[in-house]
Amino acid sequence: MSKTHEGMDVGYVAKLACIDLTEEETTLFQGQLNQVLHYVEQLDELDVSNVESTAHAIPVFNVFRKDVVGTSLNHADVMANAPSSVNGEVRVPKIIDQ
Amino acid sequence: MKYEATIGLETHVMQKTNSKMFCSCKYEYGAEPNTHVCPTCLGYPGALPVMNEMAIELCCKAGMLLGCEINPYSKWDRKNYFYPDMAKNYQITQADEPLCIGGQVEVEVEGEMKTFTLERIHQEENAAKNTHVAGASLVDYNRAGTALMEIVSNPCMSSAEDALAYMAYVKQIMQYGGISNCDQEKGQMRSDVNISVRPIGQKELGEKVEIKNMNSFAFIKDAIEYEIDRQTTLLESGGSVVQETRGYDPDRGETFTQRTKENAHDYRYFPEPDLMPVQVPEEQLKQWRSELPELPAQRQVRYVEQLGLPEYDAGVLTADMATSDWFEQAMQHTKNAKAVSNFIMGEMMRLLSEQNVEISESKLTPENLAEIIELIDAKIISTGAGKQVFEMIFNEGGEPKIIVEEKGMAQVSDDSALEGWADEAIASNPQPVEEYKAGNPASINFLMGQVMKASRGKANPGAVMQMLKQKLDA
Repeated sequence: MSKTHEGMDVGYVAKLACIDLTEEETTLFQGQLNQVLHYVEQLDELDVSNVESTAHAIPVFNVFRKDVVGTSLNHADVMANAPSSVNGEVRVPKIIDQ
Repeated sequence: MKYEATIGLETHVMQKTNSKMFCSCKYEYGAEPNTHVCPTCLGYPGALPVMNEMAIELCCKAGMLLGCEINPYSKWDRKNYFYPDMAKNYQITQADEPLCIGGQVEVEVEGEMKTFTLERIHQEENAAKNTHVAGASLVDYNRAGTALMEIVSNPCMSSAEDALAYMAYVKQIMQYGGISNCDQEKGQMRSDVNISVRPIGQKELGEKVEIKNMNSFAFIKDAIEYEIDRQTTLLESGGSVVQETRGYDPDRGETFTQRTKENAHDYRYFPEPDLMPVQVPEEQLKQWRSELPELPAQRQVRYVEQLGLPEYDAGVLTADMATSDWFEQAMQHTKNAKAVSNFIMGEMMRLLSEQNVEISESKLTPENLAEIIELIDAKIISTGAGKQVFEMIFNEGGEPKIIVEEKGMAQVSDDSALEGWADEAIASNPQPVEEYKAGNPASINFLMGQVMKASRGKANPGAVMQMLKQKLDA
């Protein structure tokens, strides 16, 4: 939890998230996000050198299910959520690799 | 200056599970589009993933079979990207703590044994299938969320032959181990290939190019050869290779730029908060280890040492698991391993390839073959007749003994019948008889042919020879 906002680039993050921002918005959000990061950065004051890093807060492991087939959604219900469809497939604007 | 290539493979293998990796939707190839989907694999808000126990078992077993260490602690991460093949906008995968670490395989490449090392195997979920049409893309989410392993090799290969031998080996092991069917036409095994070229003697690797998502061995071979050639030519002419992702166009037999380093993806990996880590207990690993199947190399040794087959035969029979299993079934009904092997390598493989069918589709059962061999060994039918019976049953089905009887294929060893044919052959062919008596033993073959002809192939050749010699030498 260090070097948080230093290298943070709102324009870049917005691009990764596929959000279009105007220049004004970018400046506004950059300032606001920097404040949030500063706030979180207070955690850096804690000495955690003796604490083992972990991806989860509680020591729970191996939450499995058996390899058994269950019920899937009704096809018509699924397609009701699709913006457009053709022959049972979800139709989206042509994907071009970015 | 001489150049050398360095190649590493990322091989995706779809596991043989009934349900998907993180939800209970069925995995079924060729189902009606979007019929095996649920809130989890469609990424609906609030839906939570739960690990498929069998996928973890298969991934660990794959690791054991490929010489990996099983990571005592492994965890899940989100790989973030925007593409409609993942409705959640991220793929659940394993970034820094994969299930299997390291590993190595011994593979024969053009007669030479080579060792290829693995970096890791991690478990992840598959993406949906996209089809591109004019002005739009179509998405079928049936495949989204199915169990997929990524087997990552080290950059330890140097030619297309190395890469193909490695992939063929991995495929064979996955099939033997019951991990995956590896049906490449169904996309169950696909590879990304990393290739770089450097002057021989240079320590650092050259700039790396990745060729994405190829399912056919032939394409992989062509793509690697094309790419080594392209990069070498570039370097030789004083240019430099750009680090990039390329695609392979099989129609043109060329690779082409897809994405350069400047606009490479930034996946922003972070730990998956919805899934707890995996710690497979030592006892469980021991259990799985004890369930591992006999591998082709071990079967080969057994065929040679216990069944007395030539090494060549053992290699051919074990190359494909279905063939090897078929052979073993036949061996439960006969002791004549070499005869079974000869029939499989000869008649069986010829008929399978002529009719383009799998051994599992053959109407001839392993028991049928054992019975045919029994009839030949008992000298009831000739080897030639045995091959005819084999082909008849392969095409139409049936019982060897009944067919032999119905078609009157049994050999004649009966002395009185043979004697008549032998006397006739000797009486009407004085010249070969003279020659034989004058000291040319090969002349007897002509007389033998006459007898066989007279018997319409049914005379027992051994008995005929004996009879002729008896008469001529007298």
